Amino acid sequence: MEFLAQVINGLQLGLVYALIALGYTMVYGIVKLINFAHGDVFMVGAFIGYFGFTYWGFPFPLAVLTSMVVCSLLGVTIERVAYKPLRYAPKIAALISAFGMSLFLEYFCSLKFVFGPNFRVVKRPFEEVYWHLGGLTISNIQVTIFIVVVVMLIILQYLIYRTKTGMAMRAVSVDHNTARLMGVNVDNTISITFAIGSAFAALGGVLYSVAYPQIYPFMGIMPGLKAFTAAVLGGIGIIPGAVLGALIMGQVETMTSAYLSSQLRDAIAFGILILVLLIRPTGILGRTETEKV
Amino acid sequence: MHLKRGWVIFLLVTILAVALVAAGCGGQQQPKQEAKPAAPSGEKVIKVGFIGPLTGDVKTFGESTKNAFLLALEQAGAKAGDYKIEYVIADDRNDATEAVNVATKLITQDKVKAIVGSVTSKTTIPISKVANDNKVVLITSTATNPKVTVDEGKRKEYVFRACFIDPFQGTVAAKFALDNLKKKTAAVLYDQGNDYTIGLANYFKDAFEKGGGKVLAFEAYAQGDTDFSAVLTKIAKLNPDILYLPDYYQKVSLIGKQAREKGIKAIFLGGDGWDSKDLDFATMEGGYHTNHYSASDPRPEVKKWVEQYKQKYNETPDALATLCYDATNLLLNAIKTANSDDTAKIKDALQATAGFPAVSGKITYDKDGNPVKAAAILQVKGGKFEYVATVAP
Repeated sequence: MEFLAQVINGLQLGLVYALIALGYTMVYGIVKLINFAHGDVFMVGAFIGYFGFTYWGFPFPLAVLTSMVVCSLLGVTIERVAYKPLRYAPKIAALISAFGMSLFLEYFCSLKFVFGPNFRVVKRPFEEVYWHLGGLTISNIQVTIFIVVVVMLIILQYLIYRTKTGMAMRAVSVDHNTARLMGVNVDNTISITFAIGSAFAALGGVLYSVAYPQIYPFMGIMPGLKAFTAAVLGGIGIIPGAVLGALIMGQVETMTSAYLSSQLRDAIAFGILILVLLIRPTGILGRTETEKV
Repeated sequence: MHLKRGWVIFLLVTILAVALVAAGCGGQQQPKQEAKPAAPSGEKVIKVGFIGPLTGDVKTFGESTKNAFLLALEQAGAKAGDYKIEYVIADDRNDATEAVNVATKLITQDKVKAIVGSVTSKTTIPISKVANDNKVVLITSTATNPKVTVDEGKRKEYVFRACFIDPFQGTVAAKFALDNLKKKTAAVLYDQGNDYTIGLANYFKDAFEKGGGKVLAFEAYAQGDTDFSAVLTKIAKLNPDILYLPDYYQKVSLIGKQAREKGIKAIFLGGDGWDSKDLDFATMEGGYHTNHYSASDPRPEVKKWVEQYKQKYNETPDALATLCYDATNLLLNAIKTANSDDTAKIKDALQATAGFPAVSGKITYDKDGNPVKAAAILQVKGGKFEYVATVAP
């Protein structure tokens, strides 16, 4: 029974990682860039959500929606300012720009007139409810996270494989120039990808802050790195891979803390990243020459 | 076109970065004080630095200590012996690297002769080395780790503290759990990257096991962690009487909340890191922690201090403020005794301190620069800390 409880703990963590990993993987799929500022968009999302339901008196769903919209705009702005001018420059330039963007967001948000450098305790917007099933305890927060993530995944899958925008995204991910010749607006498609990825990160941020009720401007770094590892593990650029990788990461972390030692947790989590890069750089679901989105 | 735009952005970022750095420095530097010697005959001036976490995860510690530092200087009329005191205030954000940066700046640029600070062990251990190497007197108010004043058996002669040390705090907590609470089993959760919590955790474990108790789980986490569910699920199953959480208030509040959610009913026990108005009092209700002093202690020194602090800042001084007040006064007393700006003489005067009537108790230094005094146990009750007992060393 304790094992099952640990599986649920891992699932909760993994699902939140999945929301962040999706943004990494979508952006990589389409512009072949690792958007290191993504973890910080997650942080901004958490803060906006927190302001929404704590200070602005929004009901929880509206706060989430506001956070997602704001972060979409933020994601698009980041792309326009920091990545687009470097799109045809060497890859390393865009990567450095991404690091710069990440540091800028962290320290800018630490300023007193932005979010301030201090920890804030998040007062949950709804009462916690616990259900006891045998020896298991499940909270409404866990159920909420589960439902939200699954619904979002279905929407995303529909968007990419059943809509024109999705078709454009898939086309751009294969080849920018050919897509452009076929009449696809490449710039807009890339912007939309950043917007969707950032909205997912924002959602992840709000859910994370509700599950682990404490936020601060540097909170995005660790989950960002773990989600990046998850995306690489599943095969970066492949959407189901990001989810699979994130679920595995969640379980690995939880099981390491539970049955090996809590001290080893991060070492093992990042050890996986190194192993994947050494043994199977394309990730679990990755194949060479696969269609990437 | 692309190149041009790239340059514009580069310029913008550069300007912003410069502005940020300038703003950052501006924030740390005190507005130049009036104390420029007006006449060449002028008075003698000694510069004293203050380092504390004015922002970041333990900012209330920094605020309290800064308040106390300023109050102590004010009460002394910014004078010690024949010397006028000038001060410089710096923020270390509770970050070890930043602490070394600001300490180096205080010593090399501002030419301070003595520093009061910092607050936590993880920032004070690195700066104690910087200060000692530069022969600048450092007195920390609350860095409780033994390594602050002693490095691999070698005493850092210029470093002192106003608080007791971790072995004592961990040991007292264990004794209190065994003797006063009559509990036999405990679980310990500590931050593996923080000398303070490692120290408390280890000494608690040793003393608790020596006293016949049993430590069922001894688990670590990393500083940025927010998810403790795996470890807490495990601990919940072991069902310990005590959950020892020797970390700072933010982390403790977060762990405490998750522990209760996982159905852990153990009594929370911790160290002086709990002492903050930002602790989640509802979650930590009923928990105990070891501390340096209690505002409800009936001694006259305490009463007078609480009154003066309340008058100035409109709140009850916490232990951090109290210890910083003691630290500043110990330093001022030493400067006065030495009546010199020679740091070697100030250091000798500080080491020779005996029976100094500080608020947190009578202070005499042992050979390692640690004061010998008692600890208080406080309980979280109805949204505040209540004095429970005093445990002597």
